[in-house]
Amino acid sequence: MIDFGTKVVAGVTPGKGGSKVEGVPVFESVREAVHRRRANASIIFVPAPYAKDAAIEAIEGGIKLVVIITERVPFHDCLDLMPYARSRGCTVIGPNCPGLASPGQAKMGIMPNLLFKEGDAGVISRSGTLTYEIVNAMTQAGFGQTTCIGIGGDPIIGTSMVDALGMFQKDRKTKRIVVVGEIGGTAEEEAADFIKRRVTKPVVAYVAGRTAPPGKRMGHAGAIIQGNRGTAESKVKAFEVAGVPVAEYPVGVPKLLAAT
Amino acid sequence: MKFLEYKAKEIFARYGIPIPRGVTASRPDDVVDPPLPCMVKAQVLVGGRGKAGGIKPADSLDEARSVAGQILGMDIHGYRVKQVYLEERLDIGRELYVGLTIDRSAREPLFMASGKGGIDIEAVPHDQIYMEHIPAVIGIQPYVLRSLLKELALPKELGDQVGSVVRNAYDLFRKEDAELVEINPLVVTKDGRVVAGDAKLVIDDNAEYRHPEYANLDQDRTPLEQEAHDKGITFIQLDGDIGVIANGAGLTMATLDILSLKGGKGGTFLDLGGTDDPAKVKQAFELLIKANPSVILLNIFGGITKADTVALGVKQALEEMHAKIPVVARIKGVNEAQAKEMLRSIGTHPAETVEEAAELAVKVKSGGA
Repeated sequence: MIDFGTKVVAGVTPGKGGSKVEGVPVFESVREAVHRRRANASIIFVPAPYAKDAAIEAIEGGIKLVVIITERVPFHDCLDLMPYARSRGCTVIGPNCPGLASPGQAKMGIMPNLLFKEGDAGVISRSGTLTYEIVNAMTQAGFGQTTCIGIGGDPIIGTSMVDALGMFQKDRKTKRIVVVGEIGGTAEEEAADFIKRRVTKPVVAYVAGRTAPPGKRMGHAGAIIQGNRGTAESKVKAFEVAGVPVAEYPVGVPKLLAAT
Repeated sequence: MKFLEYKAKEIFARYGIPIPRGVTASRPDDVVDPPLPCMVKAQVLVGGRGKAGGIKPADSLDEARSVAGQILGMDIHGYRVKQVYLEERLDIGRELYVGLTIDRSAREPLFMASGKGGIDIEAVPHDQIYMEHIPAVIGIQPYVLRSLLKELALPKELGDQVGSVVRNAYDLFRKEDAELVEINPLVVTKDGRVVAGDAKLVIDDNAEYRHPEYANLDQDRTPLEQEAHDKGITFIQLDGDIGVIANGAGLTMATLDILSLKGGKGGTFLDLGGTDDPAKVKQAFELLIKANPSVILLNIFGGITKADTVALGVKQALEEMHAKIPVVARIKGVNEAQAKEMLRSIGTHPAETVEEAAELAVKVKSGGA
């Protein structure tokens, strides 16, 4: 993160206050880190049983952007956390996500630095390594990124596809948007509807899980076809109806971008 | 975690939701003192068992035994019936529906109820379902129950009983980390009792650590899937013959999709996840070998996971298990060069891109490479 240009001003680990990691001071509490080092964003790596506690501590400490990388956070913890964060004016990204990266500016996440290149495409994805694959193909084809947001593979996440689309629509530097979806839930259908009504910038998409069987959780807690809901077919169709071309292969994304 | 009906009802009872009297049996001889007249119900983790002949009435002990004998061992939508539940037959006056689930888009619990119980809720017209979001930190408020009684046109004394079921179901939903609590039908008997006729319960796997008492429940997993679960590996067996292993859920799904576009069919979904431990890779690869695919397709796009860590784990697994399964490997990321060299030294087929790897896997399978 530091190599990427992120100003990492503090770490927080109870019991390790007073020490330093890579020259960055470690504190006992978020409040202390905010007070002493004016931290204004927080990235959380703590194990799942403690993620809710860590997020609430960050929010109460005055942090307005919290990224939760941790996977396997209980759904009911997220049911408590997400509306609460919203009521405090805090944006949460994740959990179960690779974080976000704005090439040339900063990264709050675990994506490999070398993938990225400054440019004018915004990327929204429910996945981690699949995003690397697609961003890598974009960069190689000359399509750089404004920001890449890994929104997370869980059913209950802080920033939805629609939320992220709204942000990219507003962002002046973003000229085109890539959406990487997958089976499960109705986020893509809602995104398609939102694009039709509110997004004027060109959008292209990829949807993973076309061959996934129903009733099985495909690795991500949110990636499950329940009955006939959440199929890739329904998502691809929703995008196409909204005028969003959907790539068959991940490497097809830059080709679709070339046509925007 | 999914629960069989009788197990879900045990938990319902703990939360004060009325259930009919019942006993389980794994063999006809286990049936000793069923609550007669009874219904004999197949215990399987799949819906639609009634239509498939998995629920039948019995009026005497002999009949209960013989019906149990018919249902045990039956195949219901691919699930073998290992247990039956013999339950008091209810004198049904009215069938309602009560359900609690998680609304992903609203990020809130969703409460649903209907006067049209006893059929699949998906088949009930939307205007006949009462729906209310329940803010998790607020909980179920009295107005929700008042509106419910009005919507379902329930008389006061029944209303109190239904209200109590709903409050208890919500309590269970929250305390047990449920994804789904469904009572369909919630039976109103002719003598005015309110009883859970059926019970569906799914508990969030992520919260398993908070509920260790459910850890050993029989889930709908193959023996290899169970072994993977016990080792903390995400592994699903599919009906194709090419073993797919990748890192990350999205990438693994995409790899399976690409394989299918290239004319192959995935036999496994194995998500290696993020790891920097060759022993974990080895363990995962051993599972894959045990699934006995005709070819293995490995697709790694490293981030946290280093390419050479994966290569080392793969090498160790193949060597120790003396496996002769051909491996097509596409590997990218930190220490890629060493990884490729190591994989080449053990005779795997290298590929630069996923598409190329998928094509090659199909070719190798049909003996063309």
